[in-house]
Amino acid sequence: MSDRARSDDRVRSVSRLHRVMARPEATAVAGTLLVFAIFWWFAGGSGMFALDGVMNWSVVAGYLGILAVGACLLMIAGEFDLSIGSMIGFAGMVAAILAVHLHWPVWLSMAISLACSLGLGCLNGLLVVRTGLPSFIVTLAFLFVLRGLTLAFAIIVANRTIVSGIGDLAEQDPVAKLLFVGTFGDSAFDWMAQRGWIRALDDGTPLVRGVPKVLLWWAVLAVVCSFQLTRTRFGNWIFAVGGDSNAAKNVGVPVKRVKVSLFMLTALCGWLFAMLQICDVGSAAADRGLQKEFEAVIAAVIGGCLLTGGYGSVIGACFGALIFGVVQIGITYTNINADWFRVFLGLMLLLAVLFNNQVRRRVTQAR
Amino acid sequence: MAADPPSKSESTAEAKAKAEAEPEPKAEAKSEPKPKPEPKAEAKSEPKPKAKAESEYILELENVSKLFGTVIALKDVTLRLRRGEVHCLLGDNGAGKSTLIKILAGVHPPSRGTYRVDAAPVSFDSPRDALDRGIATVYQDLALVPLMSVWRNFFMGREPRRTRWGIFRVLDRPQARQIASEKLADMGIQIRDPEQAVGTMSGGERQCLAIARAIHFGARVLILDEPTAALGVKQSANVLRLIARAREKGISVIFITHNVHHAYPVGDTFTLLNRGSSMGTFKKSEITRDEVLNMMAGGQEMADLMSELGVRL
Repeated sequence: MSDRARSDDRVRSVSRLHRVMARPEATAVAGTLLVFAIFWWFAGGSGMFALDGVMNWSVVAGYLGILAVGACLLMIAGEFDLSIGSMIGFAGMVAAILAVHLHWPVWLSMAISLACSLGLGCLNGLLVVRTGLPSFIVTLAFLFVLRGLTLAFAIIVANRTIVSGIGDLAEQDPVAKLLFVGTFGDSAFDWMAQRGWIRALDDGTPLVRGVPKVLLWWAVLAVVCSFQLTRTRFGNWIFAVGGDSNAAKNVGVPVKRVKVSLFMLTALCGWLFAMLQICDVGSAAADRGLQKEFEAVIAAVIGGCLLTGGYGSVIGACFGALIFGVVQIGITYTNINADWFRVFLGLMLLLAVLFNNQVRRRVTQAR
Repeated sequence: MAADPPSKSESTAEAKAKAEAEPEPKAEAKSEPKPKPEPKAEAKSEPKPKAKAESEYILELENVSKLFGTVIALKDVTLRLRRGEVHCLLGDNGAGKSTLIKILAGVHPPSRGTYRVDAAPVSFDSPRDALDRGIATVYQDLALVPLMSVWRNFFMGREPRRTRWGIFRVLDRPQARQIASEKLADMGIQIRDPEQAVGTMSGGERQCLAIARAIHFGARVLILDEPTAALGVKQSANVLRLIARAREKGISVIFITHNVHHAYPVGDTFTLLNRGSSMGTFKKSEITRDEVLNMMAGGQEMADLMSELGVRL
């Protein structure tokens, strides 16, 4: 490109810094650095940045990150999914009841739960694209419908709202164990503990057994979705649909298909969250995932997504989730009252939106 | 709308007579041999030689009407587009220009009448069908996404791809960037970087981008909906130059406007619409700019206005 002659003298050259700042994830990366600096200052010596401390907050970030990736893509396509939190409760409950109360194999229960989630995501999407109603309203309705369904379903079948015992069953199921239970890379951690590179308990086993699988899923999902968004045709369609769905339709982009498949993706993310959670906690509860829909949206917005769609990045959303995890857990390592977490979060959100609007104004204004 | 327009007096009748006298015999001779049934198969089997040999018109609308409920948006409009000509469609607001191009672009099917492409009747279900036949429409809103980069807009919906690592089908970004830059350079637009957002481009540059895109994707017919409406003098001139250049490439152009001063320099043929009906089609040699202006703006109405205001002619 650079060897092409430029003849228009009115175009300003753009500095590299300016270019970096114009990227959607710039806010989130800067915010992450800031947050790390703050906690390094206040809680540097508290063990927050030791390996076990890192695992603590990164797991929180990982769970939210999985949701944020889905929410971010959907948001770039110009829609919201507020039912994602209820979807977590629903998917977990379906899998747990089928496995614990109906004694179905865990892998089958999880697969059926997945099918239900994808079906609901598809229904969400179809309702939005067919009726033309704002997705905010449609999925808000589903937020209540799904939560209510989960409660009612749990009471009818199990006569309780918390179904325990799924953790042990998942432990015995090869598929569930492989995918969701426990940690990854245990032998590497053992090996490192033997060398004394990481902290070990008295019997020689490492304090941190391995990388929690949720982090693995988060990483895989983030890489796959980021690749999809920036490098593939489908990704271009996501930007187009969110930027101007009418324009996208006029140039032949299958707008409805794109939107419906992204609603299904967020449902998938909710299901993944639920499976990892029930395997980790060992039970399913009807109130799981409460307010997660907002946290996912917050992470996506902090990550540079515009509320109006058409702009954003998966990497940014991941950094948004990371900020969330660091602040939420990090605050317990300091002597600051944990109540301030929400205050900080709200302010962070406000700042991010202000900044993003600024970016949009700069990008869209004609000269 | 449904009522007969007052300005449609003798001039209209005259115009109709003229229009019918000239192209009609030829058109009839052509439309006669191909019977109505199974036209599609016929057209598909040997489109090129037949088209070249038989039809001088690439698009034809024959007595097309369009009704929206009780509103008659178009009434018995006939429009024929010759190969390689710039056909200006003129009319005031509410004349039915937008409805007409939506029919041509495949957005609406006509309520009555026939639409022929290469002399074969067609019925388009969507703009996609029209695009597949090489009929590209550049709408007033341009179908560009301001937040997306130039190359992403250029290839929106038809992204070039290559295979990466043997399995992944990814966007061919280097190629897309290069083509977008080149095609814009052909139009006389230098962009800083194909990564720059379309939102940072001027109105004229956007118009050129939309036209360049349509031409690049094999448009045989380019329908431009008021491309100069929002532009300044210089930018309008650029777009008009672009239209002339498209004609040089053999592309047929339908140029919709209500600005005679823009239409007259580049147009070969002029069709005037008023209140949903055609006031006739004229070749450039048959009509002067002032005549067009008079008919279009309703010369009578302007004269009335002037006498009302006490302006002496």
